[in-house]
Amino acid sequence: MELSTFFQQLTNALSLGSLYALIAIGYTMVYGILRLINFAHGDVFMLGAYFAFYAVTALAMPWWVAFVVALALTAAFGMGLERVAYRPLRDSPKISVMISAIGASFLIENVGIVLFGGRPKSFPSIPLFDTVVHFGSVSMLSVSLFIPVITAVVLGALLWIVHGTKTGLAMRAVSTDLDAARLMAIDVNKTISLTFGIGSLLAGVGGIMWTMKYPQLNPLMGVMPGLKCFIAAVIGGIGNIQGAVLGGFLLGMIEIMIVAFLPELTGYRDAFAFVLLIVVLLVKPAGLLGKNQTVKV
Amino acid sequence: MLRIENLSVHYGGIHALQGASFEVPEGKIVTLIGANGAGKSTSLKAIVGLVKPSSGSITLNGESLVNLATKDIVRRGVVLAPEGRRIFPNLTTEENLELGAFARSDKAGVQADKHKMFQLFPRLEERRKQKAGTMSGGEQQMLAVARALMSRPKLLMMDEPSLGLAPLIVKMIFDIVRTIAAEGTTILLVEQNAKAALEIADYGYVLETGRITMSGPGKELLANDGVRKAYLGEGL
Ligand SMILES: Nc1ncnc2c1ncn2[C@@H]1O[C@H](COP(=O)(O)OP(=O)(O)OP(=O)(O)O)[C@@H](O)[C@H]1O
Ligand SMILES: [Mg+2]
Repeated sequence: MELSTFFQQLTNALSLGSLYALIAIGYTMVYGILRLINFAHGDVFMLGAYFAFYAVTALAMPWWVAFVVALALTAAFGMGLERVAYRPLRDSPKISVMISAIGASFLIENVGIVLFGGRPKSFPSIPLFDTVVHFGSVSMLSVSLFIPVITAVVLGALLWIVHGTKTGLAMRAVSTDLDAARLMAIDVNKTISLTFGIGSLLAGVGGIMWTMKYPQLNPLMGVMPGLKCFIAAVIGGIGNIQGAVLGGFLLGMIEIMIVAFLPELTGYRDAFAFVLLIVVLLVKPAGLLGKNQTVKV
Repeated sequence: MLRIENLSVHYGGIHALQGASFEVPEGKIVTLIGANGAGKSTSLKAIVGLVKPSSGSITLNGESLVNLATKDIVRRGVVLAPEGRRIFPNLTTEENLELGAFARSDKAGVQADKHKMFQLFPRLEERRKQKAGTMSGGEQQMLAVARALMSRPKLLMMDEPSLGLAPLIVKMIFDIVRTIAAEGTTILLVEQNAKAALEIADYGYVLETGRITMSGPGKELLANDGVRKAYLGEGL
């Protein structure tokens, strides 16, 4: 393989890994705070992309306004989802909440098919992201460069919120011990809601950038990335933000490398995520960066 | 200050509190003693809104606490250092203290109080950047008390602060309870260590299977034969 192809694939891997990392964080944050796997998270990712699509097309907003509006809507949707599908079941058995999550996922997908139509839509080209840039013999879409940079900025902001602010301290307290957090006068509902908001916002960022890179939208586009990013979060150690980032990048890298170096296995690229999951769980049951403790789900 | 009347709490089919009444006057140390499962922790949890009473009233200076959320009860100065300490093990000592002061917005005052806690518990200062879960049981209990004090409580409730601690640390914790009370904080203390509790209490209540069966000034209960037999482990 030529060096230029290698670099080409490396940028691809980096941007795919970034997208996976952004989505995986939402799974991990929600799990960390509620011990709940938000099966509808991939659908929130899909909604982020559609919100941006309609804001640009139907509402004819400039793309950057459209993106801000779409992100706000995605975050609000995530918070609404928690309110409607999870909060009423806060004291119910885990299995009820899980069923509610799966139900919410199917509901969003099917309402999506009704409202958006089952036929894929293509995102109009945005020149800033659609330009081909050349580095010597390596050429790529500008969006592939933007994605890792934007991801890095978003991750930095997230880590600052979680570790550098009072709100973040509240989030960490709530995720450790709900009642003890209440005794600290923390507004537990608000904190949980905010966690969903942030996780959904990141999924929205992921969804929008995903459509910049792969400009086809369909109501089921969140299913596979959602599943893989859940796997990424588990591989990294669910509940651990850095772990989700690591898992996301790992999965993105491996997926692209398979396509690049073992083209005959390309058909198995999705299956590979599961193989990796099984291997990691066999070797380190709590995930790469997870604490070794058994949690019953 | 705090008045509990006819308080009943059910956990599913278990009737944990069956019409208990007691009160905590401002500026006093009041203790609640009783055997395992008598309903002591349940009483404190009900006061601070972690469990909902099925009937009865809880009033703080005349205002009902029954339908308030825990955070709002804590913001009114009613603070619980819970059974089993419940510190945040994955957070540092300092972060735990900051959480204690979560409802406060006077940064300078919080900072000053943190230093005050470090004077009160020098051990905690040495461990300010240490994860609280890696500290010894005694240190964790000191942290639990310090964390509760960080909110500047008007009424501090402590659930078995001496459990599992060496006699020297127990003495230290009780000394601090006395100091806090002398500084004007009202105390409601739940203890298995009935002798130590009654010794420092102005007033005591005996709780038996969800009901108050005896009450009186701490010294009187200490001298009471029934209490001596049942709770001080003295000759039957
Ligand atoms: N969450 C719960 N679910 C069901 N029953 C409970 C629950 N919490 C307490 N109980 C029951 O309520 C009764 C009172 O419990 P509580 O914890 O108030 O006792 P306690 O006086 O604090 O005892 P100890 O000295 O052992 O701490 C007990 O019979 C206990 O089994
Ligand atoms: Mg108890």
